[in-house]
Amino acid sequence: MASSNGFDQFKGSSDYVTSEPLRNAVNVAIALERPLLIRGEPGTGKTLLSHSIARGLVKKLITWNIKSTTKAQEGLYVYDTVQRLNDSRFGDRDVSDIKHYIKLGKLGQAFASPEQVVLLIDEVDKADIEFPNDLLNELDEMSFYITETDESIRAVHRPVTVITSNAEKELPDAFLRRCIFHYIEFPDTELMEEIIRVHFPDIKNNLLHEALKTFYKLREMDDFRKKPSTSELIDWIRALVAGGIPHENISKEIPFIGTLLKKETDYDYFMARTGGKSQGRRRDLYGMLY
Amino acid sequence: MFTDFFYTLKKRKVPVSITEWMTLMEALSQGYITNLDEFYFLARAILVKSEAYYDHYDVAFQKYFKGIETPSEISEQILDWLKDPLNRMTLTEEEQALFDSMDFDELLKELEKRLKEQTEQHDGGGHWIGRGGTSPFGHSGYHPAGIRIGGESRGRHAIQIAQERRFRNYRNDLTLDIRQIKIALKGLRQLSRIGIEDELDLEETIEATAKNAGEIELMWQRSRKNAVKVLLLMDVGGSMESFALLCSQLFSAAHSSTHFKDFHYYYFHNCIYDSVYQDIERQEAISTEHLLCIMEPDYKLLLVGDARMAPSELMERYGAINYYEHNEAPGIVWLKRIAEHFTHCVWLNPDDPRFWNHTTVQMTEKMFPMFPLTLDGLGQAVRRLVVKK
Repeated sequence: MASSNGFDQFKGSSDYVTSEPLRNAVNVAIALERPLLIRGEPGTGKTLLSHSIARGLVKKLITWNIKSTTKAQEGLYVYDTVQRLNDSRFGDRDVSDIKHYIKLGKLGQAFASPEQVVLLIDEVDKADIEFPNDLLNELDEMSFYITETDESIRAVHRPVTVITSNAEKELPDAFLRRCIFHYIEFPDTELMEEIIRVHFPDIKNNLLHEALKTFYKLREMDDFRKKPSTSELIDWIRALVAGGIPHENISKEIPFIGTLLKKETDYDYFMARTGGKSQGRRRDLYGMLY
Repeated sequence: MFTDFFYTLKKRKVPVSITEWMTLMEALSQGYITNLDEFYFLARAILVKSEAYYDHYDVAFQKYFKGIETPSEISEQILDWLKDPLNRMTLTEEEQALFDSMDFDELLKELEKRLKEQTEQHDGGGHWIGRGGTSPFGHSGYHPAGIRIGGESRGRHAIQIAQERRFRNYRNDLTLDIRQIKIALKGLRQLSRIGIEDELDLEETIEATAKNAGEIELMWQRSRKNAVKVLLLMDVGGSMESFALLCSQLFSAAHSSTHFKDFHYYYFHNCIYDSVYQDIERQEAISTEHLLCIMEPDYKLLLVGDARMAPSELMERYGAINYYEHNEAPGIVWLKRIAEHFTHCVWLNPDDPRFWNHTTVQMTEKMFPMFPLTLDGLGQAVRRLVVKK
């Protein structure tokens, strides 16, 4: 089943910088037609990856956002009984054809699509613990059965499936066995520089280096509740560029610190550590600690 | 192909299954892999399903593929290095002189010879190739004419990546932080229908509507919420001081976990007697008797302590380490009562399981299922707490 364009399909796209292992993992998943499970720190671009794949391969992207109340069935199809019941009462639509009341979910749409799509199942671990198991067969066979209409929906082209997870819950083993897995590491300075340059093509070298130096120093502080991540860095640099901050000032005073540290406790802690100005009592408290 | 690698992984406790192995074989048979580096990432993506096992994988990979990198491959690197005059300019004058004292060919021959002789990774020392030594080969060494092999270079090889073991910190048998504990505690859930009726009950609605001759009758039900109630009893002071950080992490994780229906915590010292305390200083006491009255048996009880004390503290009347406790009943009686009162209880011991062969620890273990206070241990304990009885 080897095809000539097999392994190097995905090369990253102009606005999303990938590491080589990640590219490999994506290409393995595409070649073997298995779901790709992506994990990593918040803000490392797990969700954006699928957007990039879709753009890179010129395919449509279907996103299924998982919430704590999401059930596997909703991804396949929903039979809108209440609507049908209502229509039958008022008689303003033809209720004899049950097909009108079957609505395909995101997974169903991906299967039914006449061309291959990229399917993103975002934050799969948000849902109930059994959720991934309920989808095992559907993801394996890429088909499901609608009881109400006695129909089978079979994938015309197996979608490129990307699943992201924040590791809030453990995923079932049976589910994991069927996936290709990749853990997105936090980018090192060199990769980060590349990423920033994609977003700010004409950023000045001095500014970039100073900003990165400060940023990684901040990340080294272990006691933050939430360490600043890539997306926050990008916001921060955008603020720096817009504010026209001279690069010599960056490491000294860290302007717009609010874009990097999102939690009040982190902010207070940082102020205490660096001897910056923070309001009153809390600072003394941290001062006592260090 | 590489079947032994499969077993090396198994031995290193990486949970790989036949399914995954077959997937890897399928990928290999498609012929996309041209070198060891690609194999490293391909096999990792297919076989390893959690960053917690990346380090185990690295260790296994190193073990199995050691020696695949041939000496000639490395000497090529060195030749390249030597060919570049820029590299030589980075040496100081003294180093230059020393460098010249050694013949290039001699240096290479020596390297190849030693690479062949050497079978293990080697750090320190003055002869073998490794790191931090005074041998001319290896990196971070002191020999001025030495050649950096591997180390910081950008074009790294799979074995070197494996050797770096960058994922050591992700192993879950070693590290514990608050977030990880929280995730582990999330396992403590039992969903049941409570609260206001805000969910449409379809079955009931249809039934009621049918009974109502088609006149729509909407029926509602309560949504599912976590019904788990947690009681945390922690040993503080004395021998527990050395585990203070770990225990406070567990406490803050449990305290900030929002998914429990109810959460209470009390402190004790070494063993539980007539009272437990609401504060670490053990000033605000509440009687254990009272505690057992107000806590229904369905509270999940987590006891944290090293259970290490003098046998008399556990076994004797008035045995408490604080003489003013005047305990009429020995600690073991109280512990037994507590163990019998709650349907689900576990004891988390921050001490290394190797030291659990102490008398009082073993006696406590007989009353409460005991788990080490590591991420794995906590996970097991949580699973134990949610089994149906």
